[in-house]
Amino acid sequence: MSTTTAPTTAPPLGASAADDGASRRSAGVVRPRLSMPTRQRLITLLFLGPAIAYMALFFGYPLVKNIIMGFQDYTISTFFTGEAPWVGWSNYVAVITGPLFGTALMNTIIFTIGSIAGQFLLGLGLALFFRRRFPLAGVLRSLLLLPWLIPLIVASAVWKWLLDTETGALNRLLMNTGIVDSGIPWLSSPDLALFTVIMVNIWIGIPFNAVILHGGLQGIPEELYEAASIDGASRWHAFRHITWPMLRPVVSVVLVLGVVYTLKVLDVILGLTGGGPANATQILSTQAYQLSFTTFDFGQGAAVSNMLIVLALLFAVIYLRLNRRAVDE
Amino acid sequence: MKTVKHPLLHTVLGVLILAVLLFPIYWMINASLQPGGATVDTGWFPLEPDLAGYRTALAEQGDNLLTSLTVALGSVVLSLAIAVPAAYALARFRIRWANWVLFAVLISQMIPGIVISNALYSAYADLGLLNSIPGLILADSSAGIPFAILICRALMESLPDAVVEAAMVDGAGPVRAFVAVVLPISRNALITAGLFTFLFTWSDFLFALTLTTTEEVRPVTLGIYNYLGAYVADWSSVMATAVLASIPAVVLLLIAQKYVAAGATGGAVK
Repeated sequence: MSTTTAPTTAPPLGASAADDGASRRSAGVVRPRLSMPTRQRLITLLFLGPAIAYMALFFGYPLVKNIIMGFQDYTISTFFTGEAPWVGWSNYVAVITGPLFGTALMNTIIFTIGSIAGQFLLGLGLALFFRRRFPLAGVLRSLLLLPWLIPLIVASAVWKWLLDTETGALNRLLMNTGIVDSGIPWLSSPDLALFTVIMVNIWIGIPFNAVILHGGLQGIPEELYEAASIDGASRWHAFRHITWPMLRPVVSVVLVLGVVYTLKVLDVILGLTGGGPANATQILSTQAYQLSFTTFDFGQGAAVSNMLIVLALLFAVIYLRLNRRAVDE
Repeated sequence: MKTVKHPLLHTVLGVLILAVLLFPIYWMINASLQPGGATVDTGWFPLEPDLAGYRTALAEQGDNLLTSLTVALGSVVLSLAIAVPAAYALARFRIRWANWVLFAVLISQMIPGIVISNALYSAYADLGLLNSIPGLILADSSAGIPFAILICRALMESLPDAVVEAAMVDGAGPVRAFVAVVLPISRNALITAGLFTFLFTWSDFLFALTLTTTEEVRPVTLGIYNYLGAYVADWSSVMATAVLASIPAVVLLLIAQKYVAAGATGGAVK
């Protein structure tokens, strides 16, 4: 599109940004003007400058600062003395050889894969279900969004109580119906807690997956299915040979966004378990938080979050490549 | 979209699915209306609705709700003011490095919030921005600004050339054409971006947790978190706070459904 607008945008861009109205109206031509490229650059700066400055300060600076902090002994005393001695890789060595890192990394992988798989499969199921036309489908579909729109910490608070061993509604339901004899320690058993936080995270992520996939399904032309059914294709065949291939670009976007989001999230775990019991739900992002903000070892916290960035960027690259391919198609 | 053989059966099934999925939200509302203290056997229905939970919630979290509201509105204004002109420039100016900016915006969405707060904490401590509303507005906009740029750029790229050109031909400079022509016809994108920025900021937990240390400036998300940290004796007021903190989400859903769908797909597939 830039090629089509360029010739037409260029001459008006020549008018300077600051004096829009009055001066042009008076004569327009006599006034000495800045050279065109200069004026164009000024206008670009006016429109894009603030955004670039913000991005540099709130994404660029933290990124660079974090990388540097990872090599520094940056603790609470740094705030008083201003000294953060350079320690090379020792933050990374301390973190990786520490007792928690292996658990946190493993939990991150299980948490991410479990959450994504659950959200995606249930979201896809719902998207396919709501694709059909029946009364109230629209209303129900928008109500479905609620779990995704409420603040994560609200969802955590509600679930924390629902899952409470003694007073939680879930255990009461299970006990009243005689399925279990005593309350299940959903969040307080080290064996169960990770499974439970994955379930809650799936609940939060279902709406997003369902809505995006539903949008993708809408883009598949109905005629394809009509043709397939004339050819005698079963529903499974129609799904395998029409729906799935046509939905592929949307699927990749949903999956990668899901991974990136799951790697970053820490509201759910901090709200539900705080990483416990006995670090059973500790993931890299909660570990980074605790190193920096509860033990005030910002250097080690930065080291963990830098590893998180590498993971996230890895997926970002995949996302951009898939995105480009999706656009090309 | 295909019409099904047994439409009513589908409706029943759909209602059942939603009932299961939305049970936690029902439970939140139900619990918020129960008389305080009676945690062991909360009734399944609020047969005798009691507003005591809300009274406690407003007394304890009223200031925090106001803080959240102030920060969220501030962030909407800041995000739109920064993102919308940038989106326009990226969509319609001929800038050779536009793709690099866009690339940076996309990448920025992958950066974990903990990275940002880790670095901002010390910078904020030096600048005196910890425990301040402007500090939170600035940090929270890191969700809204990239999102608003992506959403608005997508729409502005699809504006008919003729509309913008007509304004230019009439002698308007690029700034005036932007304000008088482009902004009004981009209304939907602006509303979508504004609503989501509000929701992002309102829901923010990480920056509230890391960039505030006192009770003076405390968003409601942190208020809820602090309830959870201790043993909870009175769930009805916690749930009442949770309900109050969910109001923006519900309002968004009720009044702005089409924008929500547009935002969800716009942010992802863009």
